[in-house]
Amino acid sequence: MEQLKTIGRELAMGSQGGFGQSKEFLDLVKSIGEARSKAEEDRIVLSEVDILKRRLLEPDIPKRKMKEYIIRLVYIEMLGHDASFGYIHAVKMTHDDNLLLKRTGYLAVTLFLNEDHDLIILIVNTIQKDLRSDNYLVVCAALNAICRLINEETIPAVLPQVVELLNHQKEAVRKKAIMALHRFHRKSPSSVSHLVSNFRKRLCDNDPGVMGATLCPLFDLISEDVNSYKDLVSSFVSILKQVTERRLPKSYDYHQMPAPFIQIKLLKIMALLGSGDKNASDIMSMVLGDLFRKCDSSTNIGNAILYECIRCISCILPNPKLLEAAADAISKFLKSDSHNLKYMGIDGLGRLIKISPDIAEQHQLAVIDCLEDPDDTLKRKTFELLYKMTKSSNVEVIVDRMIDYMISINDNHYKTEIASRCVELAEQFAPSNQWFIQIMNKVFEHAGDLVNIKVAHNLMRLIAEGFGEDDDDADSKLRLSAVESYLQLISEPKLPSLFLQVISWVLGEYGTADGKYSASYISGKLCDVADAYSSDETVKGYAVSALMKIYAFEIASGRKVDVLPECQSLIEELLASHSTDLQQRAYELQALLALDARAVETILPLDASCEDIEVDKDLSFLNGYIQQAIESGAQPYISERERSGMFETTDYHPQDHHEVPTHALRFEAYELPKPSVPPQASNELVPVPEPSYYSESHQPISTSLDSERESSEIKLRLDGVKQKWGRPSYQSTTAASSTTPQAANGISTHSDAGVGSSSSKPRSSYEPKKPEIDPEKQRLAASLFGGSSSRTDKRSSSGGHKPAKGTANKTATVPKENQTPVQPPPDLLDFGEPTATTVTAVDPFKELEGLMDSSSQDGGSSDVMGLYSDAAPVTTTTSVDSLLSELSDSSKGNSRTYQPQTSKGPNTKEALEKDALVRQMGVNPTSQNPTLFKDLLG
Amino acid sequence: MIKAVMMMNTQGKPRLAKFYDYMPVEKQQELIRGVFSVLCSRPENVSNFLEIESLFGPDSRLVYKHYATLYFVLVFDGSENELAMLDLIQVLVETLDKCFSNVCELDIVFNYSKMHAVLDEIVFGGQVLETSSAEVMKAVEEISKLEAASNSISLVPKSVSGWRGR
Repeated sequence: MEQLKTIGRELAMGSQGGFGQSKEFLDLVKSIGEARSKAEEDRIVLSEVDILKRRLLEPDIPKRKMKEYIIRLVYIEMLGHDASFGYIHAVKMTHDDNLLLKRTGYLAVTLFLNEDHDLIILIVNTIQKDLRSDNYLVVCAALNAICRLINEETIPAVLPQVVELLNHQKEAVRKKAIMALHRFHRKSPSSVSHLVSNFRKRLCDNDPGVMGATLCPLFDLISEDVNSYKDLVSSFVSILKQVTERRLPKSYDYHQMPAPFIQIKLLKIMALLGSGDKNASDIMSMVLGDLFRKCDSSTNIGNAILYECIRCISCILPNPKLLEAAADAISKFLKSDSHNLKYMGIDGLGRLIKISPDIAEQHQLAVIDCLEDPDDTLKRKTFELLYKMTKSSNVEVIVDRMIDYMISINDNHYKTEIASRCVELAEQFAPSNQWFIQIMNKVFEHAGDLVNIKVAHNLMRLIAEGFGEDDDDADSKLRLSAVESYLQLISEPKLPSLFLQVISWVLGEYGTADGKYSASYISGKLCDVADAYSSDETVKGYAVSALMKIYAFEIASGRKVDVLPECQSLIEELLASHSTDLQQRAYELQALLALDARAVETILPLDASCEDIEVDKDLSFLNGYIQQAIESGAQPYISERERSGMFETTDYHPQDHHEVPTHALRFEAYELPKPSVPPQASNELVPVPEPSYYSESHQPISTSLDSERESSEIKLRLDGVKQKWGRPSYQSTTAASSTTPQAANGISTHSDAGVGSSSSKPRSSYEPKKPEIDPEKQRLAASLFGGSSSRTDKRSSSGGHKPAKGTANKTATVPKENQTPVQPPPDLLDFGEPTATTVTAVDPFKELEGLMDSSSQDGGSSDVMGLYSDAAPVTTTTSVDSLLSELSDSSKGNSRTYQPQTSKGPNTKEALEKDALVRQMGVNPTSQNPTLFKDLLG
Repeated sequence: MIKAVMMMNTQGKPRLAKFYDYMPVEKQQELIRGVFSVLCSRPENVSNFLEIESLFGPDSRLVYKHYATLYFVLVFDGSENELAMLDLIQVLVETLDKCFSNVCELDIVFNYSKMHAVLDEIVFGGQVLETSSAEVMKAVEEISKLEAASNSISLVPKSVSGWRGR
């Protein structure tokens, strides 16, 4: 192609005028070629469009002129401008008898129209006629057009003729007819399913070109259904043999290789047929061995065939000899100077490594070279290879490399991919949690917005749970190191939102945990975050919740809280925020600051993010209160069925009872959030819910019902102020009181109905889970978390959730190398478990509102205990509540949801076992190739 | 299957673009621009392959070759062999070179329909149809001859047939 390079545009420009096109067209091309900017080019093209529009309207355009106009239209469209005004002329041109014009017409039409275009209907008839033409070139042109213009509905119109053409005397026509049929098959397999045998027949065509063309549809057919073509294995092998023995006409040689494209197609087909089939593989091994010997690796096409052989071998069940040959070929590729061959070598290595993992060992240097190569494509391919061969022994090096590369690129698509690979590898093979957190920090810092939100939740959970072992020291060290790293990072400009959420959450939970940093220091940092990212409401929400936690811990530990002036101003600003969520959080924070230590401690206990929160859906402890209210003349609760049109939102029947007696008006408002628990939701929603927002509000939970109630009471008063908002604000109270258990740390009660429902659903789905704790796990957890019984209880109950969450479980536990699969760490979203706190929290409850008398409380709390100690009591509780049909309703809902739960029991165990297995396999070095990255590590 | 064949000059102007699955014009332009922006940022002496999933969806690769002022680009899926595709570009260019003897960018611009005729002989409906440039030449010449014959009634000035005969 040396000659090609010698030609300059100027020279070519000089020869204008001799191309049979009019001066006009030449000028057009020339001026576009010389256009300095896209705008100038657009201007030229638009004026050309105008000219053509005018010209095409003229009567009696000579055909030759017309042809040129059409070509100009095609040209315009190629430059990205609309030429649809001239489509009809192209269609008309296909009707012409003149071959040149007809071909031009077909060309333009295939470039202009898609198969569903309205004008196609005008062409089908012409195509039908042309397919019957005596002139085979006309037939070819028509077949060409068919591939592009015929859709599912029009296939039957041309199908018979195409089938007839399979026996045309000209091989060019037969070839194209097969291709057209193949195209039909791709578009609508059913329309040609009865003709599939034709492909087999054509495989025996006299003309090698036709036979070669047949391989394309056969490849498709075989990849769809291998088994019905097993009989062809020997035919394909013998064809390949004949080809390699140069039995084909010389004209099929390409660079001294006999029909290389046919060979490649055959090898592809053989790879399909031979995969997992010992018999077929044996038949093939002969010819494959021959190919390795004969292949000329000095030409590009020879290498293409070699590569295809490697691919084929990696798919079939090869014998050791073939594997050796393939390995040799790969090492030749890798040693070559050509980047293309290196690329193929890396690709081949990645394929072969699955069968014989040792093969990579001898190429480690070459692989590392490719990793350092300036060629991006090669680099990416190498990362793909590394990804395939990652083990716990080399994960650190590989992930570090990946992250370095990730930082260096701008291509978001690939960045996302490589980030998710880093996360995946880190989760699978992490040697230590410390390392894992470091890696996650890096990933978040550099690709934060591209990472799946679940990764963030996993990270938070890992930090919250630590190693899951009884080693509290290690846990707090881990947290401290996380906090330290975040405090370092937090001042960097422009961190991704997701990362900031993680940072805020961790600082809130553990920032002051071991006394190294003062509350005012941490809260100052959090305020900075909220200030710096003032447009990001989610981050702000996280920051405010974190602040609340910091203050809560301070209050709880008896220290005096000095709210920094900037925090104060932040809170004040948020009190008037447009976001109801932020507003809510701010009010909650304000309310919390006014509470005494005991109340605060029950609302936001220290490091309790992993504990479950119990929700007594039936609010059985309110029975006494309700009784009293009814006795004093309040209206009894009307069950859901007796009302209508309340499909949205929460399933918190309880608060209805709670409120009903006091206000008739409120009763109305409560009607809406009513539907019963959707049973399936409990399964679906178990994994971390998508909307980051709400999940945040769930995670940090740990509270007691009663103390919550207290806070909700406060809320009620606040709401009263905002009564002008009518129902929505009112519902926010609903949500508050209903979501009480979860409001704990993240306190975010949502003030509109939609939000309320979404926040509440996950919880309801958790609830039925609890009974599923299997005794074994309980024992395990107990042994892990000895000490206070309530604590044991908590852990075990949260543990009960875990296995239900497939992936989350895996990711969290896997990083713990060399660990027995003892305690499945609880999910972030688990709610703190209130059994213990319920009792303690009685006081604030009483103090605050005196809504209930103590007797009802006592009954209530015992009921709460009963409900969650095991599954059975559910019915008991509800029977107590028989007064209210609504409740029995919900109990039905419950029992329904329980069912899948109990049946899930074995699954949990299974998941656990699997988990252990995975850990064993994934984490323990397989020692297959331990020296692989010795030098890198060295 | 081959998804697209593109030729563009080193300034990013498309010279020929054929997509084997229908794409609206805007999308075509977007893809051409996207491909060009990747190509022009590639250094010399690197591989001719690109993973281009961000533009053409999953399992799509791209092979390109740079001749003088032109990029020849093939986009295809996993059922084709990269090295073979590179040779297919070679076949295409060799054929064009035979057709136009010393092919240059302007030949491609001005002989738009002939370009397509050549391409259609090599790639048909997204599948490789013919890889022998001699065979392709034979077919194309036959078409030209017949076209010229059916056109002979002075529809085409002499210069054209002279050009074609070259």
